[in-house]
Amino acid sequence: MNPTDIKAPDYFHRVVDCQWACPAHTPVPEYIRMISQGRYADAYMVNWKSNVFPGILGRTCDRPCEPACRRGRVEDEPVAICRLKRVAADNKGDVEARMPLAATAKNGKRVALIGAGPASLTVARDLLPLGYDVTVFDGDNKLGGMIRTQIPRFRLPESVIDEEVGYVARLGLTVRSGERVDSLKSLLAQGFDAIFVGSGAPRGRDLDLPGRKEAAANIHIGIDWLSSVSFGHITKIGKRVLVLGGGNTAMDCCRSSKRLGGEDVRVVVRSGFDEMKASPWEKEDAQHEGIPIHNWLVPKSFEHENGKLVAMVFEKVAPVVGADGKKSARPTGEPDVRMECDEVLIAVGQENSFPWIERDAGLEFDKWGLPQLNPDTLQSTLPSVFFGGDAAFGPKNIIWAVAHGHQAAVSIDKFCQGQDVADRPPPHVTLASQKMGIHEWSYDNDVSNDLRFKVPQLPAAQALSNIKLEVELGYDDRLAFKEAQRCLNCDVQTVFADKLCIECDACVDICPTDCITFTANGDEADVRERLSAPALNLTQPLYTSGALKTGRIMVKDEDVCLHCGMCAERCPTGAWDMQKFFLETAQSGDRACRRAA
Amino acid sequence: MSFLPKPKLHHPNLPTNKLGYTRRDYEGTISTLCAGCGHDSISAAIVQAVFELEIEPHRIAKLSGIGCSSKTPNYFLNPAHGFNSVHGRMPSVATGANLANRELIYLGVSGDGDSASIGFGQFAHAMRRGVDMCYIVENNGVYGLTKGQFSATADRGSKSKKGQVNADEGIDLVQMALSLGATYVGRGFSGDKEQLVPLIQGALLHRGPALLDVISPCVAFNNHEGSTRSFDWVRAHNEAVNRLDVIVGRDEIVHAQEPGTVDEVTQHDGSVLRLRKLAPDYDAHDRDGAISYLAERKRAGEIVTGLLFVDPEPSDLHAALRTPAAGLNRLGDAELVPGAAALAAVNASLR
Ligand SMILES: Cc1cc2nc3c(=O)[nH]c(=O)nc-3n(C[C@H](O)[C@H](O)[C@H](O)COP(=O)(O)OP(=O)(O)OC[C@H]3O[C@@H](n4cnc5c(N)ncnc54)[C@H](O)[C@@H]3O)c2cc1C
Ligand SMILES: Cc1ncc(C[n+]2csc(CCOP(=O)(O)OP(=O)(O)O)c2C)c(N)n1
Ligand code: SF4
Ligand code: SF4
Ligand code: SF4
Ligand SMILES: [Mg+2]
Repeated sequence: MNPTDIKAPDYFHRVVDCQWACPAHTPVPEYIRMISQGRYADAYMVNWKSNVFPGILGRTCDRPCEPACRRGRVEDEPVAICRLKRVAADNKGDVEARMPLAATAKNGKRVALIGAGPASLTVARDLLPLGYDVTVFDGDNKLGGMIRTQIPRFRLPESVIDEEVGYVARLGLTVRSGERVDSLKSLLAQGFDAIFVGSGAPRGRDLDLPGRKEAAANIHIGIDWLSSVSFGHITKIGKRVLVLGGGNTAMDCCRSSKRLGGEDVRVVVRSGFDEMKASPWEKEDAQHEGIPIHNWLVPKSFEHENGKLVAMVFEKVAPVVGADGKKSARPTGEPDVRMECDEVLIAVGQENSFPWIERDAGLEFDKWGLPQLNPDTLQSTLPSVFFGGDAAFGPKNIIWAVAHGHQAAVSIDKFCQGQDVADRPPPHVTLASQKMGIHEWSYDNDVSNDLRFKVPQLPAAQALSNIKLEVELGYDDRLAFKEAQRCLNCDVQTVFADKLCIECDACVDICPTDCITFTANGDEADVRERLSAPALNLTQPLYTSGALKTGRIMVKDEDVCLHCGMCAERCPTGAWDMQKFFLETAQSGDRACRRAA
Repeated sequence: MSFLPKPKLHHPNLPTNKLGYTRRDYEGTISTLCAGCGHDSISAAIVQAVFELEIEPHRIAKLSGIGCSSKTPNYFLNPAHGFNSVHGRMPSVATGANLANRELIYLGVSGDGDSASIGFGQFAHAMRRGVDMCYIVENNGVYGLTKGQFSATADRGSKSKKGQVNADEGIDLVQMALSLGATYVGRGFSGDKEQLVPLIQGALLHRGPALLDVISPCVAFNNHEGSTRSFDWVRAHNEAVNRLDVIVGRDEIVHAQEPGTVDEVTQHDGSVLRLRKLAPDYDAHDRDGAISYLAERKRAGEIVTGLLFVDPEPSDLHAALRTPAAGLNRLGDAELVPGAAALAAVNASLR
């Protein structure tokens, strides 16, 4: 193996599992340490810079960081990264003064944003401080997109949305709400320098089954129903409710139903429980509220009497593993299952739809009806039109919408300034020793043994009494501190200096997780097998030195390093050092946002 | 030293032995020795050795004298019995403990100062009496704890950190042990655990006086140019005569694969010492041959390591004294103090 090039930003970035997994590359351990220190506003601003909606995401993020978190590999559960973000948002106090200012001088470029969801708002935040004239159009009356219209209030209070959407709006955003764009061509004709499409994936899939039309009055498309609930158009539901589908929308539908008069609310999925798309915690929350999940049942028909829905019939299926090793569901031949019900919510998926984009506008679509885009620049085949969020590659989540927003803003900025859109700016990276004294570090290297702390919730009965009551209470200071202490500081990197090593084995002996080995060089597959603990997790890199005095090399498996600094404390020559790696993805607004950091 | 305890979290694939313990269960408190001290590697080797032998830690008694080396029993086998005695007196305590309690495995840990200076007489008598123990000398050529004076094992002509030349002849504890009748004698290096771990295992299983001289660089006072106990010097002059594998029951513990002819020694407890020869004509059963081979290689400037001598049928102090099989601590007052009549009978037999 060749010596690892630790100067390449990706190397240490990969070691910070959470940050690497976060689509917006939020510097997670940095803000978690700030929370430990009670520096909530600082923690908030670190988040705000990366992900724009810390208060919203701290309650709703899909949190790809958590399954990636190293802590989950050395004990039962990852750090509660997401809910710690909420702690920063809840306790930050007044951060007005730290926000960037609206540009005083305009740069003469006009940008239109279609849809006011998180993707568009991120583009706005990144471009407005640079002097762009940004106009957002949305068919709805308020900003926020699905954050506002879909996510139920018991998960996300409206005040949080208002606050964080507000930080963007007052940078000088021109808001044209209640205004649907119904022709791309006419928008193009208005002379915008660039257009960003952040219109989401607004169409809920339907189920075309016998009885669907006849019983239509009691059957609703999940996302339409949720937005009606959100707008207050719908305030109650029948006593017996069936929710079809196994994703997060289904979970929001069933939990909302429980709060609007549903007594016997059930979720029915065609897959197995484990295969459901919903996040484990969403399923857990639904079950906690007394909602059963029935699996391996395929909807067959709606039964109705006098135009009123009375029941649904399902076919029983079971998983079979095909010759190709793939699982599929096959009917078991058992009698159908009939469930009586008053109302059904269909939450079986969302689709993109761009009825307002004329097919001869010069914008190419692929066979799935999605725009053809450069995945890095998000530029469409019409050079002045960029996409992001759910509109770009189909429904994802808020944090992906934000990440797209940042990238699109970089592209739009470059495009408007006549630069090469494909030339992406590298991230900002620093690496700094944390050494304060012989065994003193400027980070807390004492590894906590605590297991993950549960976020306190309202008692179920109270939570179910009002659809606007937020269920989760959030961590208090004490729990937040303890949970924050569980973070392993994966950004504080073990940096090795070949020249200083005397091969005394002290680091090997002390390492609590057997990360370090001195061994003969070889090819990677071979070296992985020969380590103190074989490096079986191929997704994690090996850190290798050049040849040492004995001809051997130092190999460190990054997989389960606790970043405890013991290796550096026990090294007699300082060959190991603990250095903080800080990475921020480049944003177009960097220049203007500097005040925020 | 480090101020924090070693984190409890461990590698998710950390193996357990048949007792259900992981290697981590054999550790002690965190070391307070200088970072990089060779002694810490020997502690790690002891942890590894006992874990692999699947011995419950509380079946071991760790005994030591005074010195950095003698502090180390605190850093391994936390649940084991222990006695940190006065300077150079570990062998006496070990002898007494061994006579009293025959159910424990005795692990003596000492330094070159502790064993070759103040405790030289103690060392000699434990060897010649044949106390059944594993006696490890962590040999750094200096008094580490008192800031690096030459010890009695320092080689003549070697230099101190400040440049003084040692004028006195160095004591070779391996030679001493061989001449004094030790039945298992080896030399290892703290920087080579593949060699050291099985040497310790064999010594723990050996039922007679076993001496291991383990070269262990003192990074604070004896790891400089001109020292003959530095990492660099030992690596450059290490002449391993063999490699050992210790086989207990059916489970083979293989530490390294190297070529050479194989010599298998079955010890009294059934364990097998498999010696893979590196020096083709070195015979680990020949006490006199070992003594002259070591003297010859020493003149050539080499440090001979490996299992240098083993007697598969050792005899020990208990056999010589014809003590009861149970150990003195199992006897009642009546047996321990048989009374005037018994004494009179003994005296009569000697007239
Ligand atoms: C029920 C439900 C719950 C969800 N829960 C979560 C969650 O907990 N966490 C999470 O991360 N994600 C969640 N999501 C997904 C998340 O809401 C979306 O991925 C995210 O909002 C997408 O953002 P976006 O910026 O692409 O657009 P969207 O938020 O979809 O906003 C698009 C906006 O564009 C407007 N628009 C569309 N067409 C036009 C037009 N022609 N002219 C003008 N305006 C137009 C729409 O009115 C809408 O306001 C959930 C989704 C649903 C349906
Ligand atoms: C009776 C007595 N004399 C002298 C000392 C001072 N003393 C403490 S440690 C030591 C030498 C230790 O050397 P060694 O056994 O080689 O241990 P190391 O520190 O090198 O591991 C001496 C002389 C003492 N503690 N007690
Ligand atoms: S332990 Fe902390 S730094 Fe490491 S992956 Fe988890 S949250 Fe990120
Ligand atoms: S920081 Fe060093 S000692 Fe701690 S787990 Fe990582 S490699 Fe091991
Ligand atoms: S002084 Fe020498 S022997 Fe003592 S702890 Fe330090 S390095 Fe080890
Ligand atoms: Mg010494």
